Amino acid sequence: MAEQQRHNHLPKLLVLGISPVFRLHEQKFAQRFEILRAWETPIFTEEFQASHAPHVRAMLCWGGTPVTAEQLSHLPALRLVVTSSTGVNHIDLRECHRRGIAVANSGNVYAQDVADTAVGLLIDVLRRISAADRYVRGGLWPVKGEYPLGSKLAGKRVGIIGLGNIGLEVAKRLEAFGCIICYNSRKKKPSVPLPFYLDVCDLAANCDILVICCALTDKTHHMINKEVLLALGKEGVVVNIARGAVIDEKAFVQCLVQGDIAGAGLDVFECEPNVPKDLLELENVVLSPHRAVFTADSFGDCFEHISGNLEAFFSNKPLLSP
Amino acid sequence: SPKVPNPLGASIIAKTNTRPNLPKKKLKMEAIGVLMMCPMSAYLENELDKRFKLFRFWNQPQKEEFVKEKANSIRAIVGNASAGADAKLIDSLPGLEIVASYSVGLDKIDLGYCKEKGIRVSNTPDVLTEDVADLAIGLILATLRQICACDRYVRSGLWTKGDFKLTTKFSGKSVGIIGLGRIGLAVAHRAEAFGCPISYYTRSEKPDSKYKYYSNVIDLASNCQILVVACPLTKETRHIINREVIDALGPKGVLINIGRGPHVDEPELVSALVEGRLGGAGLDVFENEPEVPEQLFGLDNVVLLPHVGSGTVETRNAMADLVIGNLEAHFLGKPLLTPVV
Repeated sequence: MAEQQRHNHLPKLLVLGISPVFRLHEQKFAQRFEILRAWETPIFTEEFQASHAPHVRAMLCWGGTPVTAEQLSHLPALRLVVTSSTGVNHIDLRECHRRGIAVANSGNVYAQDVADTAVGLLIDVLRRISAADRYVRGGLWPVKGEYPLGSKLAGKRVGIIGLGNIGLEVAKRLEAFGCIICYNSRKKKPSVPLPFYLDVCDLAANCDILVICCALTDKTHHMINKEVLLALGKEGVVVNIARGAVIDEKAFVQCLVQGDIAGAGLDVFECEPNVPKDLLELENVVLSPHRAVFTADSFGDCFEHISGNLEAFFSNKPLLSP
Repeated sequence: SPKVPNPLGASIIAKTNTRPNLPKKKLKMEAIGVLMMCPMSAYLENELDKRFKLFRFWNQPQKEEFVKEKANSIRAIVGNASAGADAKLIDSLPGLEIVASYSVGLDKIDLGYCKEKGIRVSNTPDVLTEDVADLAIGLILATLRQICACDRYVRSGLWTKGDFKLTTKFSGKSVGIIGLGRIGLAVAHRAEAFGCPISYYTRSEKPDSKYKYYSNVIDLASNCQILVVACPLTKETRHIINREVIDALGPKGVLINIGRGPHVDEPELVSALVEGRLGGAGLDVFENEPEVPEQLFGLDNVVLLPHVGSGTVETRNAMADLVIGNLEAHFLGKPLLTPVV
């Protein structure tokens, strides 16, 4: 009875699915909000509709739980969707806008970790770190001798696709390595003193390395296609820490297998957790299981950020990261 | 500017081709004997072959006899990180005038003895600074973010069964550097771009440095999360990473070695890693290369590399050019390009 009373003081938060951040910080969330677990009482059930639907104004979701128009139709009181991810491609933004529902993402909390992953994957591909580590662990160093040489990073031209929070963090890091940075974005950024290319193919033709940091939208779906890859050329390297579907994966794998580009570092794929079998055979790719944001530090920061957004919402203050 | 040739994906080591920045006129030095201590670069071997009378030490079945026989004609040694010139070899080559090292490290050369005997020594500084510093950061990221373990995870099909664990963030972590020479400074410059506070230890404080100085390695290790070895190997710095330093770095600390294997007390390091007393290690060098302690092979928090610090086509070619350039300068009576002694 006392617990029920305590719950009545806390704002209701519908949690659509168990995101990694939620799993890690569930107790902390429960201290600040009354948690309604959609996997225990699904939103379309009578129980939920009767008790909670009229009162649920805020929802927490993540990349693994799509927010569809159908779901939104069961939540008439909803005014805020918070996602623990940076990407919002899993949310029907048009429907949210139509219904007057605000959407907030993770803002900047992951940007550093994702940028770190991008740089880590790039150095790994150029200097063959994972492949050489396999070589040593396989006992091959005493047997086969010196490992094949890699490629120098300093002086390479890097094209960043999408110069948002993450793209800017990547640029800042790679400049310190002596890379020459240019970028492609929806629009040129006047405050950024880096060369801008409106056309991705042009960017690719003038770079040695592409780092994909853009959101997945209708426009960016399969934006990195065979034409772009051929423009990048046989010595080109691609790093993807955005979303798998920005790349035409089938064409990409073919280019790698045929040697039309030199190598790739990939944290994301079109059909995770499935990775094209051909990639598993290649020595010049580095594969990561969508872990760019997955550090304990980031998740702590993300919890604070999500809380911040929710608290702002419930106090009628501006959101931190709309 | 033209794209730089990149052999990524190719299986051969370095291509042999003429370098545009070497003199085209062939100097008449075919009679000068040059002793190359071990295989290090097909390109360098070829260039030495073209210019001098090249002896390949590793191909000689009777090494002592060979040295006695050729003693008077050998006027130069080309060494590297694995093999150089100790007092015994120097004594057996009365005609020796110069030791040109295909490395920046000089721990395999008896420098004092060379100085005493009036033998010149050259190395390959600057051209490899960026590559070694890049590798240090690559090792930090690979170790903290478990990039190699992640790659293994995906390749083994485990991702379809479950997600990989959380790893440790790099940005903002404190980085301590032992040795603030060219390479140490380049590491610091890169780590700063990740928002890392930098501290260092050197024999004496650098008054112009903006980084925090610690007068001993234990204090440095106690006050940083990532410790990078970037100093020369000398009698004083042998086993500079010992049990006490490893304890000070602790279970959340990470050691990165891009110096020389003997900088680290390797058995102590191995037991600390196996027992979890040290958080992780990224190692490019080992005490008895190419032997690497097998107890490390099963650990996800270590990254093991086969001494590839300067291992890019661009840099190894530049290093080879420096070796050739120094030898030619010497035999033409000109100043050495990168003299040490």
